[in-house]
Amino acid sequence: MKADPKGVMTGAHYLDGDHACCEGALAAGCRFISGYPITPSTEVVERFASRIPIVGGVFIQMEDELASSIALQGAVWAGKKAMTVTSGPGFSLMMEHIGLAAMTECPCVFVNVQRGGPSTGLPTQPAQADMMQARWGSHGDYEIIALSPSSPQECFDFMIDAFNISEKYRVPVMFMMDECVGHMIERVSIPEADQIEITERNYTKLPPGEYLPFKPAENMVPEMCKVGDGHRIHVTGLTHDYRGYPAMNPEAQEEQVGRIVRKIRDQADDIVRYEEFDVEDADVVVISYGITHRVAVQAVRAARDKGIKVGMMRLIIVWPFPEKRIAELAEQGKALVMAELNYGQVFFEVDRCAKGKVPVILAGHGGGTVHETDYIVSKIEEAYQCR
Amino acid sequence: MSVTDELKAAVQAQTNKSGDAGHPMEDFLRMDRIPHIWCPTCGIGVVVNCFARALEKIGIPLDDVAVVSGIGCTGRVAGYVKIDSFHTTHGRAIPFATGLKLGNPKLKVVVISGDGDLVSIGGNHFVHAARRNVDITVICVNNFNYAMTGGQMAATSPTDSILTTSPYGNFETPFNLPFLAESVGATYVARWTALHIHRQTEAMIDALTKPGFTFVEILAPCPTIFERRNKFGDGLDRLNYYYEHSEIKHGEPTANVDVGLRTKIIVGKFVDKDRPTWLDSMNSHLKRKLGDRFTPYEG
Ligand SMILES: Cc1ncc(C[n+]2csc(CCOP(=O)(O)OP(=O)(O)O)c2C)c(N)n1
Ligand code: SF4
Ligand SMILES: [Mg+2]
Repeated sequence: MKADPKGVMTGAHYLDGDHACCEGALAAGCRFISGYPITPSTEVVERFASRIPIVGGVFIQMEDELASSIALQGAVWAGKKAMTVTSGPGFSLMMEHIGLAAMTECPCVFVNVQRGGPSTGLPTQPAQADMMQARWGSHGDYEIIALSPSSPQECFDFMIDAFNISEKYRVPVMFMMDECVGHMIERVSIPEADQIEITERNYTKLPPGEYLPFKPAENMVPEMCKVGDGHRIHVTGLTHDYRGYPAMNPEAQEEQVGRIVRKIRDQADDIVRYEEFDVEDADVVVISYGITHRVAVQAVRAARDKGIKVGMMRLIIVWPFPEKRIAELAEQGKALVMAELNYGQVFFEVDRCAKGKVPVILAGHGGGTVHETDYIVSKIEEAYQCR
Repeated sequence: MSVTDELKAAVQAQTNKSGDAGHPMEDFLRMDRIPHIWCPTCGIGVVVNCFARALEKIGIPLDDVAVVSGIGCTGRVAGYVKIDSFHTTHGRAIPFATGLKLGNPKLKVVVISGDGDLVSIGGNHFVHAARRNVDITVICVNNFNYAMTGGQMAATSPTDSILTTSPYGNFETPFNLPFLAESVGATYVARWTALHIHRQTEAMIDALTKPGFTFVEILAPCPTIFERRNKFGDGLDRLNYYYEHSEIKHGEPTANVDVGLRTKIIVGKFVDKDRPTWLDSMNSHLKRKLGDRFTPYEG
């Protein structure tokens, strides 16, 4: 399906990442946001609040993030495409409902414009320190998908992907921005609506009585329905059977929770997304994502100028993690440098996948600003030497 | 009406829609989930029964109704009603219902949950949904405790009640729920006990048909925990207690209706007023401000 032109602000604009994220959501068909203000994400909901009355839809500012992270799920079951938007402390409050969305297979998007933490941390400054929380933050076993944009243009483009992927896999998608990307202003080109591909919700064609809301269909993903269609469904956060009825036993746990894990893990090859350059002849590969990727590109060029054969791998979808590709790079003897705005999070995944075959070096940073290029260069040199 | 008359009337109402010999509630319940988990003489079943009767009397197609519950013994209601139903997280039924209602305003969205769920952990959502006047009906089964987790004190437990986390008696002051609901903006507020099956059904009909945030509190026996620990006997003994201690006072100022451990219980319809709903306000306000640029929202 093509995008609804009402939500698409076709043309070239100068937007910051937060505003571009909002435009991406509107273009993707998002017509409901429940939010709660928090720096540096607030501009996303501010723009939505001003745009949605004209496009047609609802913005509601809830009383807290516990409310905003579940109200959107009500809207999804009513048939809307919906998201919520937050940053560090708010993301922490949302954890229980990320688990609910995973367990009930509610397609929706959680935007986190990351700032320095823990606790109130650095409200106005960047970090990438919620990456593990995005993946593991709610209790229990589950899988989500997380994207990481590195520019306002990508905030627009990847937002559409985020909504589409959430529908395809019936999974909550984490949109992991950071303060820097959220607040930098760059040119954003928004195409015509008929150039934007939208994944419609996969509504069942089965009649009431036959449809089972949690019975796996194509790609292990059950079909959807919406409230009022006559299916009279039951949806619970308890472990449940195909009908959605509570089923509290190890077999049902394996069937349901096992499947929501497997539907992502077993199809990770189709989901993972990354970009590479100069990797072929490289002795060292820098891995990065989001804003740090843009600094890392400078570092890779500077190191090449110094004569080190270094390449770049940029993660677009961070979760699920491109395990196979990292293993391949390690197999080829390429030393790995992980650059991220935290003291080591995705780094541990890289290290795990390298299985000790090559040095894996962290170019970490506590946040508050982006890395110095020279610091990443020094880590590239270190990796090159101990290779 | 005396206790026996009320009970007789209840029995009389026990025929299913098709008039055959099946379970009287089979049009409304997920019979494939029966038997339910509730204890004998628990008050929650009465509320479900009355809710079904209220929907039937209103004549609303069940496909247009959705029930949202939180977590608790009462939270399990969503799992037994044969309509679109959501068993969400502890305390958050109201914000889920808010999203559901705003996502499709044509739906009749009803929250049925426990006192702990709605006003202890979920208190913030309760007050804000009422303040906004979101068009939902909230039915609170108040059994004065956290029953599902084994009977801990709640924000509704009367002072001096004995519960597992108030082993020497509760020294806190509980919420007076009708007073709370009125003060934060509910358009309809009533309280009945599980004994008052006709009156609670009528209250549910009022609440379900009135626009805005409407609130019905039902005091219900929890024989297994609250009644046993506080020496009220079993569920039927407690109904008898309600019978002897309830006083109907429609229009009573809600400030006067707090419930003590062994005091009289004031029941009735306390609030019935009109206020524009959140969605009506949004549509009329934005139309006024934006004129033709505004796209009216109907879902
Ligand atoms: C976040 C969270 N905290 C605590 C619990 C444990 N818990 C489950 S039900 C419940 C209390 C329910 O009390 P109430 O809403 O009054 O329902 P009742 O069982 O009395 O009908 C609690 C504390 C939970 N499920 N989730
Ligand atoms: S514990 Fe109390 S509230 Fe829960 S089902 Fe038993 S009697 Fe009812
Ligand atoms: Mg209770």
